[in-house]
Amino acid sequence: MPVITYRQALNDALRAELTRDKSVILLGEEIGIFEGSYKITAGLLDEFGPERVLDTPIAEEGFVGAAIGAAMLGMRPVVEIMTLNFSLIAMDQIVNHAAKIYGMFGGQTPVPLVIRMPGGGGQQLAATHSQNLEVWFAHVPGLKVVAPATPADAKALLLAAIRDNDPVIFLENLSLYNTKGEVPDGDDVAEIGKAAVAREGTDLTVISYSRATTVALEVARQLAGEGISIEVVDLRSLRPLDRETVCASVRKTSRAVVLEDDWLSYGVGAEISATLMEGAFDYLDAPVRRVAAAEVPLPYAKPLERAALPDANDLIKVIRELLDATSFSPPAAGTAGTST
Amino acid sequence: MPEVVMPRLSDTMEEGVLSRWLKKEGDAVRQGDVIGEIDTDKATMELESFDDGILEKLLVEEGTTVAIGQPLAVIGDGSGTPPPDAESPAPASTALPAREASAPPTSKPVPAPAEAQPDSGSQRLLSSPLARRDAARHGLDPATITGTGPGGRIVRADVEAAIAAAETDQAQPQRQAPPAAAGREPAVPLSSTLDSVEVPLTQMRKVTAQRLTESAAAPHFHLTVVVGVDALFRFRSDVNERFADQDAKVSVTDLLVRACAATLRTHQHVNSSWAGDRILAHRRINIGVAVALDDGLIVPVVTGADAKSLDQIAAETRSLAEKARSGTLKLHEFSGGTFTISNLGMFGIDNFTAVINPPEAAILAVGAATEEPYAQDGELRSRRVMKITMTSDHRVLDGATAAAFLSDLKRTLEDPLRIVI
Repeated sequence: MPVITYRQALNDALRAELTRDKSVILLGEEIGIFEGSYKITAGLLDEFGPERVLDTPIAEEGFVGAAIGAAMLGMRPVVEIMTLNFSLIAMDQIVNHAAKIYGMFGGQTPVPLVIRMPGGGGQQLAATHSQNLEVWFAHVPGLKVVAPATPADAKALLLAAIRDNDPVIFLENLSLYNTKGEVPDGDDVAEIGKAAVAREGTDLTVISYSRATTVALEVARQLAGEGISIEVVDLRSLRPLDRETVCASVRKTSRAVVLEDDWLSYGVGAEISATLMEGAFDYLDAPVRRVAAAEVPLPYAKPLERAALPDANDLIKVIRELLDATSFSPPAAGTAGTST
Repeated sequence: MPEVVMPRLSDTMEEGVLSRWLKKEGDAVRQGDVIGEIDTDKATMELESFDDGILEKLLVEEGTTVAIGQPLAVIGDGSGTPPPDAESPAPASTALPAREASAPPTSKPVPAPAEAQPDSGSQRLLSSPLARRDAARHGLDPATITGTGPGGRIVRADVEAAIAAAETDQAQPQRQAPPAAAGREPAVPLSSTLDSVEVPLTQMRKVTAQRLTESAAAPHFHLTVVVGVDALFRFRSDVNERFADQDAKVSVTDLLVRACAATLRTHQHVNSSWAGDRILAHRRINIGVAVALDDGLIVPVVTGADAKSLDQIAAETRSLAEKARSGTLKLHEFSGGTFTISNLGMFGIDNFTAVINPPEAAILAVGAATEEPYAQDGELRSRRVMKITMTSDHRVLDGATAAAFLSDLKRTLEDPLRIVI
């Protein structure tokens, strides 16, 4: 299986869908001649021409609205918003139009629209260009929201999103674009709304999505050396949310930590925590813990930015606290490292 | 300074267990506030304050058995209260806004608020949901497990340790029973040998033992009659078929309740109780129905049963039995009985004698319906019969009085239309 970047996986998926289905079109700022700010659409204008790959003015509300109209009339537009932060200008189109049209007009027309956009911090882009606003979208019925963590999921979920008849918010993360992974060549379409057990374990579940999943997996590998078996559940889809997979994992491990890049209050972790109260209460050996971004506008200064975003050390600290709170002792056999 | 004392919460109560404090020292209380919970012989009841003031001192720990009238706590004006504990947690919320507003953005892993500092002033037993479930599955009382989690919270590891300890205990041959573990409610099992395991008494078991031992002191006699029940059973299925749409499912026990109540109207001696120096003949006819529970026995009461219709009685016995099994019977629902029925027919018991539920004068033991042959007009036929046995307190009832009641009861049961009048 070829090993490619997350960026290449997205590019492959777009090319495959443009080839497969004539109704697929791309819209966005500088996605054509400039090949996209993050080069996701590299080569596509040359290959498919200006009628399929449309450079738009800097007017998010306008081109999202245009895409919604095109979707209502049978096209399958894939919109790129340069960063998630600019989607706020198009919020009325997304929330009041894309999400509502199918329901409000008696199902006369679906809105098969995909809005791709990268978010996340860590690039020193300062507070207004580094946000994780996934719950703004995940809160809204009528939208689907996916946030792949791996190149394989990036491709499989983008294929699924383009073929889905509902508007899908496709969340990318700036720090994932250069990550590599095995991606199947063929037409491997994901099911939107299914979480993945990215790593199996028995002692504690870390629930995460997008970039945070890569951190969780790194921590799980590290702690395995100490005889601590971490299960990582990668949500992949924030709406619909695969509550059953989350609860099933915690029913097994009895300990749960949510690692999320968004702010803590009212965040993804809050929803997961409530889900576990409802679906796994009798299996919890301690309260669910959350590791999230500091509740500040993200600082520009590198050391402060790093300090504000959740990282592996933050996660390890909370995992250890949770293990201590439940008097965990790793099995005697197979303990390689030392526990602090 | 007013004292809160162990109240008398039922006729038969002599002592109660202060099972849980709901207020702590230093709390303000008002008249009518519930400040704790008391396990009586039959149920868990609320302990109310009769005064306004400050709860200055809790005199007993949770789990302590206290005789009626003995002091539990002191309510005063607050002058006798120790200053609020230095360790009593500051409201967690006050810390948060400050941090949000000005603290440097370093503390991303959220300290679990409040949760991490359990209220050390309260005596509430802390345990994780999982630990509670596992303890219950293994029949372990969480109060006997030492918690090693935050604030002494019992976590799964503690339950597993307790289970392992109990298993080791059971495996130890001929182990000496420890000297009655200093005033504490013993763990389960408390001690064991290869041949037997000590099972500590629940409050209900203690009361059952005590009351029935009292009862054994009364001079008893037993009378048995055989009742033909073909008509009764036909009547029951007629009623249940006819009123199937009204959800009025009537059981044999319901018919017995109604039949006994109707018969007792003309047999006041039987509807009486021994009161030491006199006999109390009751005007109300309140029929108790013995209900077996996993860990004991309780007798919920259908009050004024002679004035209630069959479907009312059926609905009431069903709801009372459910409440009895879920432990939610209120005091008035299992006290004040004047006559009791114990039906073991569903267990296939032919006949038996029941032990009187004091201070009542009599109890009726009902066996299973069985088929028996009998001769009529020179022909052998079969019929269904049920043996009912009444145990009577001879201090209240004589043989002839009891026999007259039983004979009338038999007549009513064999001619079931009498049940409804």
